[in-house]
Amino acid sequence: MTDHVVCALSELPPGKAKRVMIGTRAIAVFNVDGKLSAIADRCPHEGASLSQGQVGGVIVSDRPGEYRVRTDMKMVRCPWHGWEFDMDTGKSWCDPARMKTRSFGVKICPGATLEEGSYSLEVFSVSLQDEYVVVTV
Amino acid sequence: MKDAPPRDTAAISGLIDADIHPRNPQRHDLAPHASAYWAEMFEYRSIDRLEMMSQPQSIGLNQHAEGAQANATPQDIARLHLDPQGISAGILNVMSGAHAAYDPYLAAALCEATNRWLAADWLGQDSRLHAAALVPFVNPDAAVQEINRLAPDRRFVSVLTPLMGEKPLGRREYWPIYRAMTEHGFALAIHPGSIYRHAPTQSGFLSYRVEEAALAPQAFASQLASLVAEGVFTEFPDLRVVLLDSGLSWLPALMWRMTKDWKGIRLEVPWIKEAPSDIITRHVRMGTQAADLPQDADQIARVLGQFDAANMLIHASDFPRPHATGAGVPDWLPQPLHAAVARDTARATFVRLEGLE
Repeated sequence: MTDHVVCALSELPPGKAKRVMIGTRAIAVFNVDGKLSAIADRCPHEGASLSQGQVGGVIVSDRPGEYRVRTDMKMVRCPWHGWEFDMDTGKSWCDPARMKTRSFGVKICPGATLEEGSYSLEVFSVSLQDEYVVVTV
Repeated sequence: MKDAPPRDTAAISGLIDADIHPRNPQRHDLAPHASAYWAEMFEYRSIDRLEMMSQPQSIGLNQHAEGAQANATPQDIARLHLDPQGISAGILNVMSGAHAAYDPYLAAALCEATNRWLAADWLGQDSRLHAAALVPFVNPDAAVQEINRLAPDRRFVSVLTPLMGEKPLGRREYWPIYRAMTEHGFALAIHPGSIYRHAPTQSGFLSYRVEEAALAPQAFASQLASLVAEGVFTEFPDLRVVLLDSGLSWLPALMWRMTKDWKGIRLEVPWIKEAPSDIITRHVRMGTQAADLPQDADQIARVLGQFDAANMLIHASDFPRPHATGAGVPDWLPQPLHAAVARDTARATFVRLEGLE
């Protein structure tokens, strides 16, 4: 497991998603209300980029004609066919046991801490004052 | 013709036949069971043969060798079908114009009179006979009343509707009917036939019978999609739907397609909380005749392996229409399925049959 600095936090403000590459691996990183998550940026159905999907509340219903939006949980909806995925676990809503995309650890690290770790820092010149998004692969 | 495979006769004791057609009742049959007003109107308005355009009885095609006599009386059906087939319980399905009347009050009167005629002239004559109730889908209030009236008479085990009616069967207008049915354990039977409120395809009327016959599965698929998507099975978890004379091989494709699309479009119907294929497997049953199957036994097994055949198939002969069937269950049915298809699944589906010897 290696930590990779993928972008400055300023590039991923709340409500945004970003596709980042770690080697040949495409990863979708989301910032939902300040909480970061990272999953493989590839829908297990037909390969669409999940970072291009809408993030929305989980819609549930107790009976026909009644609708509720869960406030405690959001999912990303694949831009091609609308399949929903939990951004923390990568599991789909419809078939969580079998239909899932890989999830990764992600954290925010102040620039000042980065020099001390064993990071992959191919692209960044790190500013000590800024914060950075770090994905563990 | 191939020899029929050897049969395990023990496995098909208690044979139930979910689709037997008596002749249509005529004016003189219904008038004694109608109000004074309707009895006079049947006469005055020449309401008599009640033949559905889509289910003609007077043409010579596709008829039993004995013609109209084959299903004229309970004794004829016993002689030609119940006795030789060893049937313990048979369900009578009347496909008459009672299903098709526009007038909501005439529809109610025709349905009630038909049910009373069935009870008096058929069910009372042979204890093996049971029946599907006719109820006016065009008048749901009256349909509920009729279901409640019939509830104590457990010889009525289902409610019958033609495949193509006024609206898709999942629509909420029909829910009071389903509520009353499930309260009393009636199954819903859907039989081919259109009341021609609409063209029988989404692209218009067809020229030839071969087209309409070949495309009936599209209408069955539409009705199942409607029942599932509108949430009928969510709202009425005890409701069971029996597709008669529907064919079988199209169903796995619908189950797959609907499940696939549901994964992306479920936000529209969030009350569908499990795969439509699972919902259909739990709620939908299919009659065995007429089956659209290959000839080869291995290929038949492959088709039947695409859905839960042991729990979804019910023997339904479509008598008096001639289908290639030997004694009891159809020749193509693999032996391990005999008991389920001949008896057990029907008993679990038509729950009002309970207590049957």
